[in-house]
Amino acid sequence: MVDFLLMAACFILAMVALGLWRILRGPADVDRMMAAQLLGSGSIAIVLLSGAATGQAMMINVALILAVLAAFASLAFVKAGDIARQGKMPDEDAQ
Amino acid sequence: MNALLNVWTWIAVSAGAIFFLAGTVGLLRFPDSLTRLHALTKADNLGLGLVVLGLLPQTSGILDAVKLIAIWLLVMLSGASISQLIAHRVWMDSDPQQ
Amino acid sequence: MIDLLNVGLVVLIVGLAVWIIFARETFSAVVAFIAYGLLLTLVWAQLNGIDVALTEAAIGGGLTGALLVGAASRLRLTENSAQAEQSGAALKWLAAGVSGAVTSALAVCVLALPDPAPSLAQEVAANIDRTGVGNPITAVLLAFRAMDTLLEAIVLLFALIGVWSLTPDRFWAGRPGIKQSADPNGILAYVARVLAPLGIVVGVYIFWVGADYPGGKFQGATILAAMWLLVMMAGLADAPAISRRTLRMALVLGPVVFIAIGFLGVASAGAFLAYPGEYAKPLILVIEFALMPSLTLILGLLLLSAPQRAAEP
Repeated sequence: MVDFLLMAACFILAMVALGLWRILRGPADVDRMMAAQLLGSGSIAIVLLSGAATGQAMMINVALILAVLAAFASLAFVKAGDIARQGKMPDEDAQ
Repeated sequence: MNALLNVWTWIAVSAGAIFFLAGTVGLLRFPDSLTRLHALTKADNLGLGLVVLGLLPQTSGILDAVKLIAIWLLVMLSGASISQLIAHRVWMDSDPQQ
Repeated sequence: MIDLLNVGLVVLIVGLAVWIIFARETFSAVVAFIAYGLLLTLVWAQLNGIDVALTEAAIGGGLTGALLVGAASRLRLTENSAQAEQSGAALKWLAAGVSGAVTSALAVCVLALPDPAPSLAQEVAANIDRTGVGNPITAVLLAFRAMDTLLEAIVLLFALIGVWSLTPDRFWAGRPGIKQSADPNGILAYVARVLAPLGIVVGVYIFWVGADYPGGKFQGATILAAMWLLVMMAGLADAPAISRRTLRMALVLGPVVFIAIGFLGVASAGAFLAYPGEYAKPLILVIEFALMPSLTLILGLLLLSAPQRAAEP
């Protein structure tokens, strides 16, 4: 069981690596915004699998934080992309 | 009973890994941003969901099981909303009048 | 099998680091850097440093990402002219050489440590019952080396003051950041409404569980700050004006309480930040409860940057 879970974790790591290569190569900003989402769900899966394999129950807390904050990071990327796209310095919006 | 739970873990985690594979293949082979986004969010969320389901029998208490389900629901929430926001962004970028 | 996972992680991280150095656009480099931070979380988890993994996930995955991406989007307009000012090849080779030398020196030092490596873990394990907490990291941070934690909190406060000092005169005492707006019926507002309460529960849970298990006030404060920023990003709340007295009082509350308890220790136990006898656990709790809101506000305000709007009359 332990070996199986670790093998699954290695496999998902390889998938994340391949996906990351494709996303970082992507020509537009939009492609790169997906990186946070991919890394988020991939690393949550890896953390949960290796935590179950080594018997550390506290890894679930790490995965919990990753879940909450990967969502936050993705949203921050999209929001920053919107601001950059508007093409003006944020200071110029001073009211 | 233990053997049955182990078999469940094997099946679910393997299915989850296959979905991760499908998502990555989609990411590598699909021609444009929107289709790649589709591959990424659908397959990875389902892959993670199956991994979570597979790990449920391996947990050591009800609190851990609740946390696992919460993780899955959080990832589904963020995946669904991010894909909508990014797709909106792609639409805005491709339509010069916006 | 676990070696395969570790080797895979190392190869991926080094490859990603190389990519970041050679990336052309700041935005891509920032996104890759966030990915790098998330992978470092896995490394910490593999090294059994769960507390560090929690902090790396919180800060490296969430807050640093938002901070850097905000900076990258501001730099976007001047990026082309900045490219023209890049240093020459000789300086870059020198930098690469120095980095390589430092890395090799560190690697040699770590690999040459005697086995078992010298550490104070035995003393911590022997004395941890006197602090009343179960997590040795929390015991070190808040009991044995409380001075470091105090100084760390004060450094964060100074960093915030440094950021505020960049305010243009006409905006002094105003609100940080531009006015965020999002469609109140749209996706971003929906996510903020659903995710923020869940995030707050998770943040308070991680803070509370830090007494006996990995966790603590810093990770909890980071999550709470991220949720506060999320609510502001979605336009559901506005940034507070930095001149507000209640805001400033809340910011200094944590460090002031910490320092007060330190002086209390001088009076009752003979040294600054010493905890008298059986009061260790209650004092630690008081410090944590006081520091948590201050840290949340400091981290959130650090990300919002200097005020860019005049305060409303």
